[in-house]
Amino acid sequence: MATSSGHTLKAFDDDLDRLRALISEMGGLAEHAIREAMRCLQQRDVQGAALIVENDAKLDALEVETERRAVQLIALRAPMAGDLRDVVAALKISGVVERIGDYAKNIAKRVPLLETMGNIEPLSLLPEMARIATEMVHDVLTAFVERDADAALRVMERDNAVDDFYDSIFRTLLTHMMEDPQSIGQSAHLLFIAKNIERAGDHATNIAEMVYYAATGQHMTEAQTGKKP
Amino acid sequence: MNEIPTPILADIDEPPADVNRAPKMSARDVSVFYGDKQALKDVSIDIRDDRVTAFIGPSGCGKSTFLRCLNRMNDTIPSARVTGDISLDGQDIYHSNMDVVQLRARVGMVFQKPNPFPKSIYDNVAYGPKIHGLATSKTEMDGIVEKSLKRAGLWDEVKDRLSESGTALSGGQQQRLCIARAIAVDPEVILMDEPCSALDPIATAKIEELIHELRGRYAIAIVTHNMQQAARVSQRTAFFHLGEMVEYGKTSEIFTNPRERRTQDYITGRYG
Repeated sequence: MATSSGHTLKAFDDDLDRLRALISEMGGLAEHAIREAMRCLQQRDVQGAALIVENDAKLDALEVETERRAVQLIALRAPMAGDLRDVVAALKISGVVERIGDYAKNIAKRVPLLETMGNIEPLSLLPEMARIATEMVHDVLTAFVERDADAALRVMERDNAVDDFYDSIFRTLLTHMMEDPQSIGQSAHLLFIAKNIERAGDHATNIAEMVYYAATGQHMTEAQTGKKP
Repeated sequence: MNEIPTPILADIDEPPADVNRAPKMSARDVSVFYGDKQALKDVSIDIRDDRVTAFIGPSGCGKSTFLRCLNRMNDTIPSARVTGDISLDGQDIYHSNMDVVQLRARVGMVFQKPNPFPKSIYDNVAYGPKIHGLATSKTEMDGIVEKSLKRAGLWDEVKDRLSESGTALSGGQQQRLCIARAIAVDPEVILMDEPCSALDPIATAKIEELIHELRGRYAIAIVTHNMQQAARVSQRTAFFHLGEMVEYGKTSEIFTNPRERRTQDYITGRYG
């Protein structure tokens, strides 16, 4: 349920806005980290990959800051109803976004190990898969900031595309490994990378569920989450 | 495949309801007019003795007016007119054969400002039972006074000075004395009109704990401006605005997921 207007106490609005801004900032960093990890992988940019690993600390610090602000807001403002759901969602989302950043870091750590790899087919599928996953992360956090339950639902739908990519990459890599046992090590690394991107997409759908609950007060139905019974 | 059990959505602080038990009080389409002005519009609600019911809303929303209908306190205002039905155990409390003094013994009230009589602590509590003839001997009256003060959580603080004046007690103690006075006539319903608004946080916590203890023994309805208090002490909350009861529901739902926009705006602090 949308609310009519701002709080009588303006400082309350400022606090909530700042919390949302923190989540946006975290989301921006996580998206950038995944995109950069893909670029570094494509270009075998070992130094760039090292920077991604280094920059992950920023995301960790922002998560701590989000938690601090959320706890402070609960203590000082006693938020109710939609406000309370927003603050709890922010608290949970910050943890999930931090995790998405970890996946980017994980991908970046594999870049030096793949420096000598040739341009095999799965490598060309990964950036497209990552593009969908990062868009999901971007859109779901926009949905959170704008309290848009419908936008959250639309993010859910796109997870199937990411899963399909994963299945496709998995099969191609298996074929590749069977044909060229020399490449098993590198292929395994690529498989983990694909899995990390797939997990990032899953986390975006988890966030979508949190956004939906924060915005509407209702949990998504099983049909909406697209979970198989 | 094993069936996944449906999670039980238990509420914090919600005792299981006895669905067979009829509500203690029922209000149907209650409207109140002060002269030409309608202060309350068609309020229908049940007050149960296994639940604490809180009435919240901005000043002038009609919540106190409604509370005062439940023991006919509005009778004392000449221009006030009440329409609709209010029953206590199925009995119409506005019926001509209803004895108002008896009604107010069954439906007691605690006010915003503690208002002990300028008499001893003992006499404050004994006053009601005396005029209603509830005790036949001094020993019996002593028993009523002690039991009431114990239930009001005041006994240990005053047992050695029962002859001292009630007005000499602290604000919080005075309010508990007023609750003891209401309990002394063995009521079925206790109405509280902002019972803690003049008290400090510690005295407030004691009253809230007392409300918690008294739940189940008495049907309790409380008017409060303090939403945290409504959230803490009640299991059902009714939100009033401009003389209407906008929303009534489980307290846990009203404060996490209200259905009405006006309720949401009020409890999140967006009015005005």
